[in-house]
Amino acid sequence: MLARLGVSSIEELVAGEIPEGVRLRRPLDIAPGLSEQEVYDELRCLAERNGDADTWTVFAGAGMYDHYVPAVVDEIVRRSEFLTPYTPYQPEVSQGTLQAMFEFQTAICELTGLEVANAAVYDGASAVAAAAYLAKLDNRRSRVVVSRGVHPHARAALATHAHGFRMTVEEVPLAADGTTDRAALAAAVHDDTACVVVQQPNFLGSVEDLAALAEPGRERKAAIVCVADPLTLGVLEAPGRLGADICVGEGQALGNHLQFGGPSFGFFAARERYLRRMPGRIAGRTRDVEGRPGYVLTLQTREQHIRRERATHNICTAQQLNALAGLVYLSWLGRRGIVELGELLVRRTHYARERLGLEAINPGPVVREFAVRVPDLDGLFERALAERIIPGVRLGRFYPEYPDGLLVAITERRSRSDIERLAHIVAEVRELAPAAAPAREEAPA
Amino acid sequence: MTEVRDTARDPQPFGEELTIFERSRPGRRAGTLPDDDVPAPPVAELLPERFRRSEAPRLPEVSEPELVRHFVGLSRRNFHLDRGFYPLGSCTMKYNPKLHERLAALPGFARLHPLAPDELAQGALELMWRLERALAEIAGLPHVTLHPGAGSQGELCGLLVTRAYHEERGEERTKVLIPDTAHGTNPATVTMAGYEPVAVGTAADGGVDVDDLRAKVDERTACLMLTNPNTLGLFDRNIAEIARIVRGVGATLYYDGANLNAVMGLSRPGDMGFDIVHFNLHKTFTQPHGGGGPGAGPVAVAEHLEPFLPVPVVVRERRGDRFFYRLDHDRPRSIGRLRGFQGNFSTFVRAYAYIRALGGEGLREVSETAVLNANYLRARLAEGRAGRYLEPAFDRTCMHEFVLSARRARDELGVRALDIAKRLLDWDVHPPTVYFPLLVDEALMIEPTETEPVERLDHFAEAIEAILEEAERNPEIARNAPYDTPVRRLDEAAAARRPVVRLDLDSVASVG
Repeated sequence: MLARLGVSSIEELVAGEIPEGVRLRRPLDIAPGLSEQEVYDELRCLAERNGDADTWTVFAGAGMYDHYVPAVVDEIVRRSEFLTPYTPYQPEVSQGTLQAMFEFQTAICELTGLEVANAAVYDGASAVAAAAYLAKLDNRRSRVVVSRGVHPHARAALATHAHGFRMTVEEVPLAADGTTDRAALAAAVHDDTACVVVQQPNFLGSVEDLAALAEPGRERKAAIVCVADPLTLGVLEAPGRLGADICVGEGQALGNHLQFGGPSFGFFAARERYLRRMPGRIAGRTRDVEGRPGYVLTLQTREQHIRRERATHNICTAQQLNALAGLVYLSWLGRRGIVELGELLVRRTHYARERLGLEAINPGPVVREFAVRVPDLDGLFERALAERIIPGVRLGRFYPEYPDGLLVAITERRSRSDIERLAHIVAEVRELAPAAAPAREEAPA
Repeated sequence: MTEVRDTARDPQPFGEELTIFERSRPGRRAGTLPDDDVPAPPVAELLPERFRRSEAPRLPEVSEPELVRHFVGLSRRNFHLDRGFYPLGSCTMKYNPKLHERLAALPGFARLHPLAPDELAQGALELMWRLERALAEIAGLPHVTLHPGAGSQGELCGLLVTRAYHEERGEERTKVLIPDTAHGTNPATVTMAGYEPVAVGTAADGGVDVDDLRAKVDERTACLMLTNPNTLGLFDRNIAEIARIVRGVGATLYYDGANLNAVMGLSRPGDMGFDIVHFNLHKTFTQPHGGGGPGAGPVAVAEHLEPFLPVPVVVRERRGDRFFYRLDHDRPRSIGRLRGFQGNFSTFVRAYAYIRALGGEGLREVSETAVLNANYLRARLAEGRAGRYLEPAFDRTCMHEFVLSARRARDELGVRALDIAKRLLDWDVHPPTVYFPLLVDEALMIEPTETEPVERLDHFAEAIEAILEEAERNPEIARNAPYDTPVRRLDEAAAARRPVVRLDLDSVASVG
């Protein structure tokens, strides 16, 4: 190969191109390479130092949940044919990915009750920022009103992005029952409000009265953005039918592993009139020269590689494989499964809240998560961790107003006996508080 | 041989074109759930009716075997890297080692909750810390955040860090300079970050036009975003001078890491004078592309920009005789968050495994081989008909990729870059990137990567030769290509004119 190039070494090629002043004339300070089995062993040791949800009982949620990922999902997304292609810029040889995108969009539209969806964005938090940007592009207003019930990471991502695209964000507090304060929201919405952002169920797990929260924004012609948990949409009414114009959310719960927080995907659905300003990739149906149905990336004039500085978003590589996992999962669950799973979550969640017997921060209806006050949160964590249970997420790190708050998440993997074990530990920690603790019971297996 | 088939009816595969929704039949299902075993009231008593869904979402109702067949059927309609050559310029379609999938699936990584207490995530946090250190060394800059979810989010991170830095100094800067060869994400990011993009021209050698840069840079300039080697695959020999000019006005110099695969261990962006670097883990560090993600876009910065990095950051502390790793959220000067949690962790696992397998020497060999492969293929395509009809956009040694112009093929043969690309599909080769960068007429951007053997490069050159020879005889062949693909050329204009972006479920009887 070198002979063909008329040089005697690769160095000769490189030396002519990279000026000596910026050449690295020493080896990179990175340890020498290893064989495959050595790499495996090293990383396996690192993996084993983590408390994974196979060996630990995880009541932590807060946006990412320990759901069962069916075997078919892993098998399909690991196939080379889905795993290793690039973005489908050559549709003739990318029909598999493109059709899956189209099916995904269909499923998201159906879940959210909206007319159009894209083929996914990075994650749930950045999707909220993207929704606000879409509202601004559409109505040219620059104020965002956001409920404090929206995921703190999403509110943080919104604030960071808004600083860049010159929007201001106003936060609406939660009422005493842990749902969005309706009067405060109504007072915050003005004629220059680009969008109102609420979350269903909200961060504490409460079901919000979406129709009521949408009203002030609708009157002022602001876009209504609902951040939804897609897995609850078998039991909760579709946001699109309750007044949402844009519905976004975190897709991890749909067949994606926890992975310490990513990658997963964000979904993005909206009313039809937003279609030409939506961010991200969209598959559209068309026909080939022989009249056969096929799919292409469509409306690419929205996107950065065509429109450059006038693009509706800078997003390029996103989360296609994770969205595929979401589609396979939804197809696995099916029409009845998503309702049954939703009902299972609702019943177990209410049962767990009652069994823990702690003061509820949000006593109203919940779906898959709830917040309670724990008199001795450190004691609870210590005792629970000793039994390989992560009892939840400390609410105080996100909401200083609930310093003793614990956010507890329930999935289909949290059996009744898991709930009893947690309840038992809670009872034990309470009873231990001052003196004479009663005799300990055996924790059920 | 006599034809004995009864051709009255062509064989028809079962339901090849059906969507998963059209395979649905009421009552079928794949998924099973555990028993609803708690003594709680019925859902109707727990959720007020006005919140409850009135009609179940019409998700597909299919059995598991039919579910698997559907998606396996779809998969057969994809070309992919594990099947063949994929010289898609700027995308670095290198082989993704299978070990990485095994590692990413280990329960300690795949099944770790992002809000697990730090003491239960020591292995994950240590891996992140080590990856940060390795990326810092490759970039030649001291601090790294793994937070951004993709290159484009990394770009936004870099510009918002720039904005925060200037704002803290009380400087109001309004514009960002970008060469006219830049990726589309650069100007799109500039707009999202609230700046005005200003294009800088390209000089005769393919690098930044330094005079034009001098004319456009001033104290209103926040940043120059540069890819080096640039999207033409050319290393900018004036980089030191460019850095001096940009720093002279107090702007930051941003390195778009899309083409980092060309220079690992050979030259470091930090040593070139860049203050901010983003990495595309899905390009240089072997994340499988997944048909469009996931990737990750870590960002390295110089010392003075470190306080502005997004939260959280991984911190290593000594506790007794061991190190303890934790996520630090308490960073008052940080730009905040661009996404949830701490990044696309499983991409970190793969990138770290890749760096461990190769080591410092191996990484340099990657870049050297990528440069060798690109120059070899460039030389092969300077011969024969390719040499005649496809001219190099800039005739000099390239780095990891190069750009040809099919202008002569268009003018003399009547076949465009697009036609050549489509005809390559019949050769079971993925075409190069076409029509980018924009300043090259009829551009074909070719990036072979280091993981291709010389036989694959030769086959590609032979395919191009044959396609051009064929076009000399009959250009219609390429113009109507491809022929042997699952579908043929698709009507993209119609798709955009009357967009159909979901299936109308009301029209699908079986899901009704």
